[in-house]
Amino acid sequence: MKAFTQHQGLVAPMDRANVDTDLIIPKQFLKSIKRTGFGPNLFDELRYLDEGMPGQDCSNRPLNPEFPLNHERYQGASVLLARENFGCGSSREHAPWALDDHGFRAIIAPSFADIFFNNCFKNGLLPIVLAEEVVEQLFQEMYAQEGYTLTIDLEQQHVVKPGGERIPFEVDSFRKHCLLNGLDDIGLTLEDADDIRAYEEKRRAQAPWLFDAVK
Amino acid sequence: MAGQTLYDKLWQDHLVKSREDGTALIYIDRHLIHEVTSPQAFEGLRLAGRKPWRTDSVVATPDHNVPSDSAERAGGIDGIRDEVSRIQVKTLNENCNDFGIVEFGINEPGQGIVHVIGPETGATLPGMTVVCGDSHTSTHGALGALAHGIGTSEVEHVMATQCLIQKKMKNMLVRVDGELGPGVTAKDVVLAIIGRIGTAGGTGYAIEFGGSAIRSMSMEGRMTICNMAIEAGARAGMVAVDQVTLDYVKGKPYAPKGEQWEQAVENWSRLHSDDDAVFDTVVELAAGEIEPQVSWGTSPEMVASVNARVPDPAAEADQTRRTGIERALEYMGLRAGQAIGDIKLDRVFIGSCTNSRIEDLRAAAAVAKGRTKAGSVKQVLVVPGSQSVKAQAEKEGLHEIFTAAGFEWREPSCSMCLAMNADKLGAGEHCASTSNRNFEGRQGYGGRTHLVSPAMAAAAAVAGHFVDVREFVAAGETA
Ligand code: SF4
Repeated sequence: MKAFTQHQGLVAPMDRANVDTDLIIPKQFLKSIKRTGFGPNLFDELRYLDEGMPGQDCSNRPLNPEFPLNHERYQGASVLLARENFGCGSSREHAPWALDDHGFRAIIAPSFADIFFNNCFKNGLLPIVLAEEVVEQLFQEMYAQEGYTLTIDLEQQHVVKPGGERIPFEVDSFRKHCLLNGLDDIGLTLEDADDIRAYEEKRRAQAPWLFDAVK
Repeated sequence: MAGQTLYDKLWQDHLVKSREDGTALIYIDRHLIHEVTSPQAFEGLRLAGRKPWRTDSVVATPDHNVPSDSAERAGGIDGIRDEVSRIQVKTLNENCNDFGIVEFGINEPGQGIVHVIGPETGATLPGMTVVCGDSHTSTHGALGALAHGIGTSEVEHVMATQCLIQKKMKNMLVRVDGELGPGVTAKDVVLAIIGRIGTAGGTGYAIEFGGSAIRSMSMEGRMTICNMAIEAGARAGMVAVDQVTLDYVKGKPYAPKGEQWEQAVENWSRLHSDDDAVFDTVVELAAGEIEPQVSWGTSPEMVASVNARVPDPAAEADQTRRTGIERALEYMGLRAGQAIGDIKLDRVFIGSCTNSRIEDLRAAAAVAKGRTKAGSVKQVLVVPGSQSVKAQAEKEGLHEIFTAAGFEWREPSCSMCLAMNADKLGAGEHCASTSNRNFEGRQGYGGRTHLVSPAMAAAAAVAGHFVDVREFVAAGETA
């Protein structure tokens, strides 16, 4: 997994509440058996005026001029500013894959849906929860100032504004550790293989039917 | 010390190790997989040269992409017309063969929507931890299990280690007491709950559904409720084990038998919250006040009673919510203040892991019997949740009632729930759907979904617009 330590990037808006994973990456693109290549279809239904098909070349599709991510000033953005309950709906990891593939490294919102939040960390993407008023303030500053960038310092747990003002954020220590070091959690869990085997032995004695094969 | 909740007990039973940083390793008993969220996990295992920890804990079936059309379905995997769908179903089959995983193949008797076949085969049982790369895994919690959806990286993690790294969630009790009125079903109850607490109301919680109305529900009804826990933001929903649970599980093909059954029943008898258990949040609803529900917007919390009206955004004080309502009304092509009963339907979908079990089909058939679909409705799809539901429905002659009413009887699949196979809505079309998500584009690009119960869907199919199924049945509009 990609490590995340410090990141400075242009901020782009996704200014609506309850953005669901169907909106982040519509289902026709879930048919891929790969993890990459979802970027051109991120927010497909909002971004383009036509209906997207898997495997299509998106460079010739009609863009929705009203969608901010299509605006010149947000090209190359890597920090997404969003509203409450971002990433609700399905468990599809294609949502963080698409955000990542498009070039986003961090998402800031007042709240996230649980599964999406969790999936982000597995893909080197940092979801940051900030208070609603703070997020509102960031939206206003971003709209007011073209080229608005934020610096995210995971080690210090700070979002740094262009003027140097620091906004602290919370992050779970295990997730922070994994992200800072780009660690693969399967490898970490397998270090506890003996504990897992010991648990299985104890459990098998209590509830043997749990270990019977199906079919 | 205060007593434990059902969730506390299930957590405790599966705790392999607590780590200092507050996370824990939780052991997973049953891992369900389907074709959409598993290929990248298998690829990850191969790249890292890892083997599954316990292949006998994994059960696979293709459901999202398989055709519901009988003729296309008869051709098996090679007969799937859409190339990308075919590759996905084939990839699942190959991965299962390579790794020695049990798969209920496309046209085999055990096949069906993964959340329908788990409980009905006994592959998922009370007291288990169940995961699947699918958010509606919460369905299995109806058995008194800890069940939730995971992402693809976690699918790979569970395959490789049999464990999940978790942080304990908070406890929420949603208690529904009293008796449901006639014509009011589990679907209406869960929609009313989501309407009350909102789509983020359960975020960070495991929800236990309790109260006398839940206790008197069948297992099918409880599954409908737990299925939609995720629509209230909660990864896991659950119901305590009682006699209804035991009667349901007994005799299922993979349920414990003989002496093991006795041992299991004893073990499961403690799977309920203690009387003195403490919940972080308690929400109470009176069953008698719940009316048949219809969603009018693009989020499951945007729901109203069938006799109510579409809300007016001007009446909403909160700015973000107001724009949310305005945007939803525009997408849905509805006017503020419009009566729900005035919404006309183009298509009707009866199916999905929320409402495609035998009881759901019986409820729809009871309304459809002796009636026919309205001429203005282009299509009514009835898609059983599994091969075994299909066989049972045909034994009871339900398929004949449906076809006589002009409804189409299809093959088990997710179908129009998310429109990954050929079944989808056209842009602007309104659909009465028994599924669980009314997000923009969910059932087809530009499609407009209204979530309802199977009985309400069947009544809407006959009337051509939403009607209160209670009056509809009482009026005896039979032919
Ligand atoms: S029926 Fe719908 S919600 Fe259920 S598993 Fe299939 S696609 Fe997901």
